[in-house]
Amino acid sequence: MEDLKKILTEHPFFKGLDEEHFALIVGCASNVRIDAGKMILREGEEANHFYLIRSGKVTLQLMTPNKGPVIIETLDEGDILGWSWLVPPYTWHFDAKALELTRMIALDGKCLRNKCENDHHLGYELLKRFADIMMKRLESTRLQLLDIYGDRS
Amino acid sequence: MATAPDLQSLKVDYKRNPMLPWPFQIRRVKHETEDTFTIELQPSGDLEEFTFQPGQFNMVYVYGVGEIPISISGDPANPRTLVHTTRAVGSVTKAMDKMRRGDILGIRGPYGTPWPIDHANGQDVVFVAGGIGLAPLRPVLYEVVAQRERYGKVVLLYGTRTPSDVLFRQELENWRARFDLEIYVTVDRAMSGWRGNVGVVTNLISRAPFDPRNTMAFVCGPEVMMRFTTMELHKRGVDNEHIFVSMERNMKCAIGLCGHCQFGSVFVCKDGPVFRYSQIKDMLVKWEI
Repeated sequence: MEDLKKILTEHPFFKGLDEEHFALIVGCASNVRIDAGKMILREGEEANHFYLIRSGKVTLQLMTPNKGPVIIETLDEGDILGWSWLVPPYTWHFDAKALELTRMIALDGKCLRNKCENDHHLGYELLKRFADIMMKRLESTRLQLLDIYGDRS
Repeated sequence: MATAPDLQSLKVDYKRNPMLPWPFQIRRVKHETEDTFTIELQPSGDLEEFTFQPGQFNMVYVYGVGEIPISISGDPANPRTLVHTTRAVGSVTKAMDKMRRGDILGIRGPYGTPWPIDHANGQDVVFVAGGIGLAPLRPVLYEVVAQRERYGKVVLLYGTRTPSDVLFRQELENWRARFDLEIYVTVDRAMSGWRGNVGVVTNLISRAPFDPRNTMAFVCGPEVMMRFTTMELHKRGVDNEHIFVSMERNMKCAIGLCGHCQFGSVFVCKDGPVFRYSQIKDMLVKWEI
């Protein structure tokens, strides 16, 4: 547990979180290891976790009828995987697969949702952090939609 | 395909008149991707060598079709071969795409400001390229690789549409195999066989291994990509004075006379194409310019 606490303390996602809230979060954390090629989560399944990637590479992908799985984005060391645990109906919207051996810290979203309901300050702190990630992903997606690399001749 | 004019009968000193193209013979055409090709040229007539500085461009003339500016993408240490890489998108580049070994192109140049790589001595160097923007950066990459000991960390962040749009694939692999270069490639979309990064090139900046307080950054790609790239570099802590971008406008005369490439108070052909970011930052967000 001490190791987990150390890793979480050093992660930029939790920077500035006070000791009391930190203790609540550590109580919902566990280490996971996913072998290369294994699925981490699947579209439509219940979303009860989010993950801090410690090492490895994860693809976010979407199954398409004629093309097979299309990779939407890759996530690496330091990135956060998953925010569907925060928003009803708490189901994953994409598949996630480990492209290589991936080590992560899993945070139990169900456990955290209950703690956030009881402590809105904790909920606000977490939402602020996820809003920042969502904003960055939205900005990236907009750039991808612009097809920005095609214009320079 | 139109043929070159008979130089002997014209009796013009091509070397001294900047408005007259010099004939170059195509030695090789290589298709890099579905719509992008590299053309290798050798000077003909009295001209034996063509020297240039990384970042400069030429006006390339397909006889009877038209003339366009294209950045030089070859090795400055090899002045006997002139290399251009471009996409077949307009009438001139589409005509170029159909040309073969032995055909003649007209060249005026080199023009414009180079990448100021001398400023980066002793510092980390970060190159950020988007799409065909890797081509104008390749000459300075050659130079940095040739004089690797002069610099700290050397990082290339390269973004393109799909894996099949990746340029200079073999060279990227060779550079990636070296221990003293950090090469990261990302694509906007990919199928499941792709084992690299997916996402825009700006996503790579936050985790790239360089010291932002001691870094020179050279950025080349579409303008939107360069705007967001400079924002990310700035967020990471790179000073705007240490960021250089290569601009593209409608260059015609290439010597600052005609005004077609005017960009606010500067001419891209003469004062650029490589600018210090702080010099043009405010103009990049003015759509009237």
